[in-house]
Amino acid sequence: MEPSSPPATRWHDLANPHRFRRISVHILPWLTAAALGFLAVGLAMGLWLAPPDYLQGESVRIMYVHVPSAWLALGGYSGMALAALAARIWRHPLADLAVRGIAPVGAAFAAACLVTGSIWGRPTWGTWWVWDGRLTSMLVLFLLYLGVIALIHAFDDRMRGAKAAGILAILGVVNLPIIKYSVEWWNTLHQPASIRVSGSSIHPEMLQPLLLSATGFALLFASIVLMRMRALIAEQKRAARALRRAALAG
Amino acid sequence: MAGRTVSAKSQRLILAGLALVAIVGAGLVAIPALEGTATYFYAPSDLAANPPEPGARIRLGGLVKDGSVVREDEGLTLAFTVTDGARETRVRYTGIVPDLFREGQGVVATGRIGPDGGFVADHLLAKHDETYMPPEVAKSLGRTGMMHQTGSLAE
Repeated sequence: MEPSSPPATRWHDLANPHRFRRISVHILPWLTAAALGFLAVGLAMGLWLAPPDYLQGESVRIMYVHVPSAWLALGGYSGMALAALAARIWRHPLADLAVRGIAPVGAAFAAACLVTGSIWGRPTWGTWWVWDGRLTSMLVLFLLYLGVIALIHAFDDRMRGAKAAGILAILGVVNLPIIKYSVEWWNTLHQPASIRVSGSSIHPEMLQPLLLSATGFALLFASIVLMRMRALIAEQKRAARALRRAALAG
Repeated sequence: MAGRTVSAKSQRLILAGLALVAIVGAGLVAIPALEGTATYFYAPSDLAANPPEPGARIRLGGLVKDGSVVREDEGLTLAFTVTDGARETRVRYTGIVPDLFREGQGVVATGRIGPDGGFVADHLLAKHDETYMPPEVAKSLGRTGMMHQTGSLAE
């Protein structure tokens, strides 16, 4: 057993990358299994068992991938920006790792949202793409993710890259309410939100698979980010070891 | 704070707070400024309030009024009324009609206002609302794909 530490340092202990590695290795298999389970059930229900839409027919099934991708692209960005803020203020050792862990995963979900939205738009609206408020602000989100990834790697000094990327991630938060409210502030081709605080305008037979699939994608997002953070820690250790070895040999 | 030096951590916290206030402030200033340019289409009421320059290419959006669709030229040309609940505009369109074009559903037409005051469109997109339901439920509610009374655009 470890010596009991005073409560004030307990939280900080979690921030220790080595402890994070030890804890995450136990969480990861469960998280991944739960993700695949929810995805299997949610997507099987959504893609096969759920009824077609009265207006759109079978093409409504793209929703079960498109909507979770959109939610996670937005949620992932919020998480990345919060981690960037924590990294700037508290110099939290894991926060920069979280930014680097989330950025490419969030970018992938934003890309999935744009691509599935385009495929959905063709049969329903009659176009692959329009420059309306919702589609444009979502494209901006994808570009912000790419900008953060580019800045992380833009400097030889890793700390400078993390700082620049973190500042862009925090500034980009202004785009999140624009995406959310674009369909209310401006006339857009994209329809307003179906799920609101006041209720949902999606029939329960379609809402249930959507929520299951979204839970699956969210767990998948979390497990990929955990895996990436573990890999980044391992990479840092390897780089540090190589440096030490080079110093000893020199 | 009084008399003592501010720690580096709280200094960063204050700076971050100020930066956030600045970002939110910039957003609050910028968004109303986008009002006119960020809109994808104009509703019939917008056209009545701010008539576009003659011959200008614009997008008109709204709901296709129930019972207003007339096919001409053996079905190649479509005439229908676009309404936003307050005002309406008559539209003529020749070309391929999107599958989801329905009376009572949303539509965005691109074109010009003709000499007779009607809208001549050369491009047509269907818009749907945020409601999703199985066909049987729609049927029992009296909402079939063809006869559909409500929509989000009328708000």
